[in-house]
Amino acid sequence: MPFTLDKHVTSKQEIVRSISGQLLQAVSLPELDNFGIVYDDPLVQFEQTLAAVGGSAIRVADRESLRRELPQLEFMSTCNRIHCRVDCGISSTVDLDAVADPHELDDLDVAIMPGEFAVAENAAVWVTDKGIHHRVAYFIAEHLVLVLDAAQMVHNMHQAYQRLQFGDPGYGVFISGPSKTADIEQSLVIGAQGPRSLHVFLLEH
Amino acid sequence: MTNHPGLAADFVRDNERAHWHDGALWFVRQKRDKAAAAVPEWEQLREYAAQIKAHTIANLAHYLEEFERNASQLGVKVHWARDAAEHNQIVHGILAEHDATRVVKSKSMLTEECHLNPYLQRHGIQVTDSDLGEWIVQLRKEPPSHIVLPAIHIKKEDVGTLFHEKIGTREGESDPTYLTAASRDVLRKHFLEAQAAITGVNFAVAETGGIVVCTNEGNTDMGTGLPKLHIACMGIEKLIPRAKDLGVFLRLLARSATGQPITAYSSHFHGPRPGAELHIVLVDNGRSQVLKQPEFRRSLNCIRCGACLNTCPVYRRSGGHSYGYAVPGPIGSILAPSRDAQEFATLPYASSLCGSCTDVCPVKIDLHHQLLAWRKNIAQRKILPLQKRVAMKLAGHVLQRAWLFRLTGKLARLSLAWLPRWMVYNRLNAWGRQRDLPPAPPHSFRALYARQTRDK
Repeated sequence: MPFTLDKHVTSKQEIVRSISGQLLQAVSLPELDNFGIVYDDPLVQFEQTLAAVGGSAIRVADRESLRRELPQLEFMSTCNRIHCRVDCGISSTVDLDAVADPHELDDLDVAIMPGEFAVAENAAVWVTDKGIHHRVAYFIAEHLVLVLDAAQMVHNMHQAYQRLQFGDPGYGVFISGPSKTADIEQSLVIGAQGPRSLHVFLLEH
Repeated sequence: MTNHPGLAADFVRDNERAHWHDGALWFVRQKRDKAAAAVPEWEQLREYAAQIKAHTIANLAHYLEEFERNASQLGVKVHWARDAAEHNQIVHGILAEHDATRVVKSKSMLTEECHLNPYLQRHGIQVTDSDLGEWIVQLRKEPPSHIVLPAIHIKKEDVGTLFHEKIGTREGESDPTYLTAASRDVLRKHFLEAQAAITGVNFAVAETGGIVVCTNEGNTDMGTGLPKLHIACMGIEKLIPRAKDLGVFLRLLARSATGQPITAYSSHFHGPRPGAELHIVLVDNGRSQVLKQPEFRRSLNCIRCGACLNTCPVYRRSGGHSYGYAVPGPIGSILAPSRDAQEFATLPYASSLCGSCTDVCPVKIDLHHQLLAWRKNIAQRKILPLQKRVAMKLAGHVLQRAWLFRLTGKLARLSLAWLPRWMVYNRLNAWGRQRDLPPAPPHSFRALYARQTRDK
């Protein structure tokens, strides 16, 4: 073993001792309540921002329209390996909960997942691994579709964190657009290591 | 000793490429300006960010222990490393314990700072950098030249040649979409074969014990979502007190870095995946020493957005490799001498002190003041090159004496006009090496001013 418990204690003690005992000017933390930009129409802001980051937002009036429109997405006709957790008329061909090893998801074509809420200012949608065995599904699928209630839209990130509670073990991620890179000469390429497309359906009831 | 002027001279020798590099980064700077201008409360956000950082640094020991307590409760194994060597040993120890020999790593400037890759490779572990830009420089056996855009110094034709040699893409093909697709296929195999994932940390939240990692490619989540071992490495200054502080920093980070409203993925890890392990390594490596120096303390605010690099006229025209340190540009020129003032003595001079870095910094680091403070520090410790030391001494002597200053000015105006070229442009005149000096004015400012007041 290259390190032992004793060494852990020593290193920790040494670091803590080294950064303690500095008498620095006290600065208080900002409250951050009721702070941040608000939009006249947050839905429009979300749609425009999502388009700018390479994704597409689609407003649907009710569940019936969702069932009609979601299967019309261009790539759906060629997708065989589908995991769907949303009531949208599409049935899963891949049962995430029955897969023991996430490596088996390598050939997943599309994941259709619920989003908890969205942020207008940056088109981020909050999703978690609550009840989901393999969080990698959000990333390993060739295409990602998120469906959420249009009423679950906050204006900015400060409002977003007011909604979030972290206490239990878990994983959550803000997703804003598809996977992308500009590492070759600043040319934007959609579909780096993760999904090649992101569609967000906003359900208006 | 890293010789920034020498390495920069090599970089600008290819004039066309140097201008291309300058333009590429200025383009990113302009995108940053647009994104910042779209947020009306931008300046207030910067102020809040600086306050949160100042508060955290003043109470760092408290927040580190709170973080360790909360992370441990979530099932995380927390490790402490005093320096790079200990960090590398810890990471290797965890990997060895799990018999992991194939590892994917997402972007982490800390592991660059600690030279983790070569260390692990010496111990028989294959590390694949999974960010496309980092993978490109890894294949070229180079360090990144920028903290956010690791391959910004490389042209697409060079990537085409590299990929043709290494992964068999079509010869002469340089289309970024084609090359990115090819890299996706190869990196996908590395993700599937990896036995462990190493990641950096953008923010660690004391009150929740969670860590946040930001990427555009999704490579952190692809990497950590498959194998049963995730090791996250972070400098101790990455801590923030509350989850709601993330709202401030996530709004600033991507806008300052690339002009995006937020990165494509901002992943919040609270504890390990069920059935997997999460280790977090807290690294000091000189940070506690910086904390003790009032004039340089605020450099610990840095969130590694790269805005000061993109705006710096010297960085844009000299390239990241001319700094010889994991973090280049204005912030690197402050952090590097903190590690080793002798080795990096030329870096605080790699600045025009124009202050643009300070203007764009989202966490309000007084970068150009710190660069000046480092120059003073280096001069006092007498680690300047002799030529510069003599020149400074001479200038100081002249500037203190009005009569000598007048005389020198007169002599210079006369001699620049009449002296033969070889006497002006000699080895001692560093300013005349790449360009001609402007023609000397016939009269001094003092003479012109005197005449004007007399004529009134």
